[in-house]
Amino acid sequence: MTGHAEKAAAFAADESRTHWHDESLWFVRVKRDRQAASIPEWEALREAASAIKTHTLSRLADYLEEFERNATANGIHVHWARDAAEHNAIVHQILASHNATRLVKSKSMLTEECHLNPYLEARGVEVTDTDLGERIVQLRKEPPSHIVLPAIHLKKEDIGELFHIELGTEKGASDPKYLTEAARGHLRSKFMEAQAGLTGVNFAVAETGGVVVCTNEGNADMGTSLPPLHIACMGMEKLIPRAEDLAVFLRLLARSGTGQPVTTYTSHFNGPLPGGEMHVVIVDYGRSRILGQQTFRSSLGCIRCGACMNTCPVYRRSGGYSYGYIVPGPIGSILAPQRDPRMHASLPFASSLCGSCTDVCPVKIDLHQQLLAFRKELVDSKVVPLQKRLAMAVMGFVLSRPLLYRMSGSLLRALVPGLPRGLVYGTWNRWGIQRELPTMPKESFRDLLRKESS
Amino acid sequence: MPNVGLFIPCYVDQLYPQVGLVTLRILRRLGLNVEFPQEQTCCGQPMANSGCDAAARPLAERFLELFGKYEHVVAPSGSCVSMVRNHYDHWLHGKPNFEHLRGHTFELCEYLTDVVKVTKVEGKFPCKVGLQMSCHGLRELRLARSSEQMTAPFNKVRQLLSQLRGIEIVDLSRPDECCGFGGAFAVDEEAVSCLMGRDRIDDHARAGAEVIAGYDMSCLMHLDGLIRRAKRPERVMHVAEILEKAQLS
Repeated sequence: MTGHAEKAAAFAADESRTHWHDESLWFVRVKRDRQAASIPEWEALREAASAIKTHTLSRLADYLEEFERNATANGIHVHWARDAAEHNAIVHQILASHNATRLVKSKSMLTEECHLNPYLEARGVEVTDTDLGERIVQLRKEPPSHIVLPAIHLKKEDIGELFHIELGTEKGASDPKYLTEAARGHLRSKFMEAQAGLTGVNFAVAETGGVVVCTNEGNADMGTSLPPLHIACMGMEKLIPRAEDLAVFLRLLARSGTGQPVTTYTSHFNGPLPGGEMHVVIVDYGRSRILGQQTFRSSLGCIRCGACMNTCPVYRRSGGYSYGYIVPGPIGSILAPQRDPRMHASLPFASSLCGSCTDVCPVKIDLHQQLLAFRKELVDSKVVPLQKRLAMAVMGFVLSRPLLYRMSGSLLRALVPGLPRGLVYGTWNRWGIQRELPTMPKESFRDLLRKESS
Repeated sequence: MPNVGLFIPCYVDQLYPQVGLVTLRILRRLGLNVEFPQEQTCCGQPMANSGCDAAARPLAERFLELFGKYEHVVAPSGSCVSMVRNHYDHWLHGKPNFEHLRGHTFELCEYLTDVVKVTKVEGKFPCKVGLQMSCHGLRELRLARSSEQMTAPFNKVRQLLSQLRGIEIVDLSRPDECCGFGGAFAVDEEAVSCLMGRDRIDDHARAGAEVIAGYDMSCLMHLDGLIRRAKRPERVMHVAEILEKAQLS
């Protein structure tokens, strides 16, 4: 099984494309900086957002029940799903009871997490992702490579080629406006034919029993106002207590994620359309287990803005797919091993622990500290290979014995300069593939100190 | 004059002894009573960052034993100081002297600006310098405001170096992007690590830096390794080496 490092190396091997990917995301980071700087109380907003999330998570059960009561009073059907299987079955059952076989979806990372699309398609439902980036990766039969910018790994030429095959656009076309118009026309017919619309949820407000969906393309609004049936799927951590809390989160979300003051559309769904039906599916799928872990609890406060991906120097140079999980980047590297520690064991190590994610996070999740804490979990549960654990044990043994440490150091410094280069830079030496080793000094600091003092 | 315990990280002791020596000279020239506990080895960070707490913990305990008695502990490294200040707590919480040790262990630059309160740096360094603001010193010790934060800007390293005659501190397009060293990350994620490093060097070079200066030799070792392999003209220097000849007051 290849881990992050191998997939990252394959991505980074195309250096010019990697630099293009890095620059594209850095551009978003710079936009974020500009927007954040325009808010004098930015750091206070982050603090407030973090406090609201901490509070909400400390009383999550109460707020979920409050939400259910109020949503039900608004005429919304509320469903509870323990895991992905239950979630998918509930959605399918709702569609089946309406004989709906054509579904339009706006962006929902939760349904990606639950693999809803293949589940529904296997049961005869045509699912159309209507966010442009999502539609692009859906046509390519790929998962999104970023949670906010699903097709960020693709160039406009790649999309021109895809649309030529799938939508019949002119061969070789790469003008973004032309391609977007083509997608718009294509999606319009899907909207018109749809029998149901599915959305994600950015925020669910306990006191109002409504949900809020933020998009830039208006596709959630189109998908929920044309067909009479609206299904909104949410992880159970999406709760906020009061409508006024939106004033904190909506100011942070788009600024952090895409460097916009606000998303183009912020849609509040407080009940079904006249004559229509609205369902909210609330999903646990491992979240209550994370809630029980003090070290990792705050990761549930994530508002999926994507800022930690945009700022991560590793993500920018390794691409979303190198993480092998639906949520990549720093936050994904904590969430993925929660789902399956063995399969995603390399992710907490796919970080230099630079801490940029922690400083950029609008809800102040201590991301790099959690990455570090997860390394310990993986060592303690022996998921990290024995070889690596042994090496560290030996290193610890040597370093806690001053004489042994000094002797090993002297030996290394005396030996290495005399060895043939071919041996020193043999295949065992991963440091030396692209880097020189430091020049070995004859004397250690201790040796110099003795001279200095005498 | 305070009793200062000099903490020289293991790799500085073995690979960059000169950096330890100039650190010692700077502190002594300020009239400080500096001692180097001979039994010191390593703070435990390599093991801790690999998740191997069992291997790291004894080193934290040794560190407290060796350094707990000093009024101040000073090291020419941001990363190793952050280890003591921010990552020892779950092992040493409640142990005698630990709170004192944690609150009085300093990276060299912050020790000069915040504790010794150096306001004047007299000397010269006629050179174009790019600052490599290594991550742990930056975001865990707050030696400067990080570019993500929307607070008043400050930079303790720049504050010291910028007073030198003839120095020109160049502006980088990404003022504090990680160099890609990251301890074991440098070999575990060799490809991304080296690409990050080369990108960093390019940024310094484009800004006109002749010297890449920093407070963590580990990051500089990684950049230097890339520079020498590519036979590039830039060179790396520890801040202490630049400040060595200056008069601090």
